[in-house]
Amino acid sequence: MLGMVEGGRRRGRPCMRWKEDTKTVTGLPLSELVRAVENRDHWRQVITTITRSRPRLDGTSLVFSTLSFRFTMQAFLKGGTSGLSKDKTDAASSNSKSQKTKEGKAKIVPWVEKYRPRTVEDVAHQDEVVAVLKKSLEGSDLPNLLFYGPPGTGKTSTILAAARQLFGPELYRERVLELNASDERGISVIREKVKKFAQLTAGRARPDGKPCPPFKIIVLDEADSMTKDAQSALRRTMERETKTTRFCLICNYVSRIIEPITSRCAKFRFKPLDDEILSSRLKAICEGEGVDIEDKAVSAVLKSSEGDMRKAIMFLQSASRLCGKDTTVSSDIILDIAGVVPDEMLEKLIATCSSDSYEDLDVAIREIIMDGFAASQILSQLHDNIVVNESLSDKQKSVICEKMAGVDKCLMDGADEYLQLMALFSTVMSQICHGN
Amino acid sequence: MSLWVDKYRPSTLAKLDYHKEQAAHLRKLVEGGDFPHLLVYGPSGAGKKTRIMCTLRELYGPGVEKLRIEQSQFTTPSNKKLEISTISSNYHIEVNPSDVGHNDRVVIQELIKNVAQVNQLDTSTQKNFKVVVLTEVDRLSKEAQHALRRTMEKYMATCRLILCCNSTSKVIPAIRSRCLGLRVSAPSVDEICQILTTVCKKEGLTLPKEMAEKVAEKSGRNLRRALLMCEACRVQQYPFNPERDVSEPDWEIYLRETATLIAQQQSPKRLLEVRGRLYELLTHCIPPDVIMKGLLKELLQVCDGQMKAEVVQNAAYYEHRLQQGQKAIYHLEAFVAKFMAIYKRFLEEGIADIF
Repeated sequence: MLGMVEGGRRRGRPCMRWKEDTKTVTGLPLSELVRAVENRDHWRQVITTITRSRPRLDGTSLVFSTLSFRFTMQAFLKGGTSGLSKDKTDAASSNSKSQKTKEGKAKIVPWVEKYRPRTVEDVAHQDEVVAVLKKSLEGSDLPNLLFYGPPGTGKTSTILAAARQLFGPELYRERVLELNASDERGISVIREKVKKFAQLTAGRARPDGKPCPPFKIIVLDEADSMTKDAQSALRRTMERETKTTRFCLICNYVSRIIEPITSRCAKFRFKPLDDEILSSRLKAICEGEGVDIEDKAVSAVLKSSEGDMRKAIMFLQSASRLCGKDTTVSSDIILDIAGVVPDEMLEKLIATCSSDSYEDLDVAIREIIMDGFAASQILSQLHDNIVVNESLSDKQKSVICEKMAGVDKCLMDGADEYLQLMALFSTVMSQICHGN
Repeated sequence: MSLWVDKYRPSTLAKLDYHKEQAAHLRKLVEGGDFPHLLVYGPSGAGKKTRIMCTLRELYGPGVEKLRIEQSQFTTPSNKKLEISTISSNYHIEVNPSDVGHNDRVVIQELIKNVAQVNQLDTSTQKNFKVVVLTEVDRLSKEAQHALRRTMEKYMATCRLILCCNSTSKVIPAIRSRCLGLRVSAPSVDEICQILTTVCKKEGLTLPKEMAEKVAEKSGRNLRRALLMCEACRVQQYPFNPERDVSEPDWEIYLRETATLIAQQQSPKRLLEVRGRLYELLTHCIPPDVIMKGLLKELLQVCDGQMKAEVVQNAAYYEHRLQQGQKAIYHLEAFVAKFMAIYKRFLEEGIADIF
C-alpha cells in the first residue's frame, strides 16, 4: 500500500538477479565464491558474522559488513580451514564496527527506548520486584507475576529486562510470548494461541551451554483491557501449565483483574517514582546527551510528570529537540510542552469567580477553551489550588471538590468541555460569593 | 475553482501566519532528524491540520502533496467487513478511525501494524519512518486507545504517529505520556482580521476594516469559519458594504427564535411547539451539543444572577446525559422543560415579592 517504488525498469535492461547482489556484497568472482561455499561450517559462520553485524539494511553498515566479509573471505581463501580461529576475532572487530554504526544511528532512537533499563538491577525504586527477580535469576523458581501501578513506572521494562537476562538474546524469541492490547486478545486467542504456546516444553540449557530456567514466559501487557471472558479462560490454563510456563500480567488498575487471577499471581505494586530518583536519572540522561538544562526546568519536568518516568524523559527530549542543540532548556518551554495552564491564568480565573459576574466568567472560560487548554488539565490544577486556598472554609472546599469529581466523570464520559467548566466555575463562584 | 479556505492554506511552515514561534520549533524538530509522536490539539478552525501538513511537507518535501484516496477493508473477529477510506501519499497515511464506530480498534490494530511493519526501502535518501495521521482521536473508543499504546512504542523505528484532536481530556494518559503535545490555540481577532485582509488583497478585492472586524468577531475565533463567511459575503454583495450585517447561518437564527419562544411562554403547548423545532434542527444534522450550547447562550440572556448558575448546572447535567444516552431529543427536551420550570418559578416568586 505504501512505499511503492516509482518508475519501472528501463527498456532493454534485464531484471537484477540475486547473483549480482551477492557479487556486489562480497566483491569476489563467482568461481571463488563457489569454492568458499563448499566448506559448510565455515560458510555458516561467515553468514552469521555478516547478518549480526548488520542491524538494518542501510548503506553505512552494509559497507562495514562488506568490508569485514571480504576480510574473512580472503583470509579463508588464503588459509583454507585454518582461518577459523582468526575469523572469531574478525567477528569481534566487525561487531565493534557495527556498534559504531549503531551509535551513529542512535540519534533516531527515542530516549525513552535508549534509556530503558537493560537489566533488572537498573530498574529504579521498585525494590521488592527487583529482589524477587534477582533471586529467580540466580536460579530459584519464579512465581506467576502480576505487576500493577501507574503508567511510566517501569512495569513492562522490568519484565522484558528480566526475560532477556533469563534467556539471553537467542532464546528470547522462542521463550517469550508478548501479547498486548494491540493484539487480538479475545477468548479464542487465549484458548488457542496462549494454550498452544504454554503447552510446549522448554529445555534446561541455552544453545551456548549456559543453564536457563526450564519454562517460558507469557507477558500479557495491559491486562486490564482484556475482557472478563478472556480472563476467566486463563484461570485453568494458568494452573495446568505451571510446569512449563509462567505468566506475567501487567496492568494499571488491579481492580479490573478478576479475583481468581489475582489469587494465582504474586502481586507487585509499582510505586510512582520519587522526585530524587527521577531528577538523578534525568540529570544522567542530560549528561549523556549533552543537554544544558536549568535547575528550574528540571523541577518543572518533575512537577508536570507526576512520577511518570516515561513522561519525564519524553518532555526532556521534546524540549531539547525544540530548543536545538546549543540553547539551554528553560522551564517555560517544558511547561508549554506539558500543556500546563499558566498560573496567572488560573489566578485570573479564580479572581473572576470572586467578582460574582456571570458574564465575565463566560468570557474568561471561552478564552481558555479557545486557547486550547484541556479541561482535565484545568481541573487538576484548580484542585491543587483550591485545596490549599486559605480564604475558603472547609465546607466550601468540600462542596467544590464534590462538584469537581462530578465534572471529571462527565468529562471522561465525553461531555462538552465548555458546559462542564461553566458548571464547575459557577459552583466555585457561588461558593466564594454566597457560600457563607 | 476552490474555496478560499483551501486556496490560501499555507503549505510550508515558513508561510504560517500566526504561532510563528511554534512553527520555528516544529522546524527544529524536523531538522533534528529525530521526530517523536505528536499530539496536536486545539479548538476547531485553529489550524491543526494545516500545521500537520506543513510539518509533513517539511519532512518529506513536496511528494506528500500527491494524495490518493483509497478504500481499505478490514475484517473484525466476528467476520464483519469494515470499509474505511484513507488518504495517503507515498510517505504518510491519514485515517479517521472513528468513522467505523465502535469497531475502531480493529482498524487501529490492523492498519498501523500493516504500515509499521513495512520498512522504507531506501533509507539513505528518505527518512526511515513513515507517518500515520489519526484524526479525531478524542472520539476513539477506550479499547482503540489502549491498542495504540504498545504499538506506538514497538514500531517507533519505522512509524511515527501524529494524533489530532480537539481536547486531550478524552485521550487516555498513557497515550498522552507517549506523545509530544502541541497546543494550537485559536487565532486572535486581530490575527483573523489581518489574514482576511491579505486574502482579499490576493483576490483583488478591497475589504473595509470595519467589515473585517465584524466577520472576525462573528466567527468566534474560528479561522475557517471566518474565511467562509467572508467568501459568502463576497458572493452576496460586492463591493462590501460595512453597514450590512454579516449573514449568519440560518440555523442559528432559527435557534434564536426557538429560545425566544421558550422565554415567552412556559406551557406544555409551547413545549410541544419547541419539540417540533428541535426535531427540525436535528434532522438538518445540527449536532445536539451545538443546539444545547446555542440554546443556553440565548436563554441565559433573560436570566439573572443566581438563576444563571442553576441553568448552567442543568445544561451541563443534561448535556452529559445526552452524550451517554441514545436519543438526543429526550435530553434536549428535558433541558427545555427544566428551564421552563425554573423560569416560571422565578417569575412567580418575582410577582409574589411585588405584592
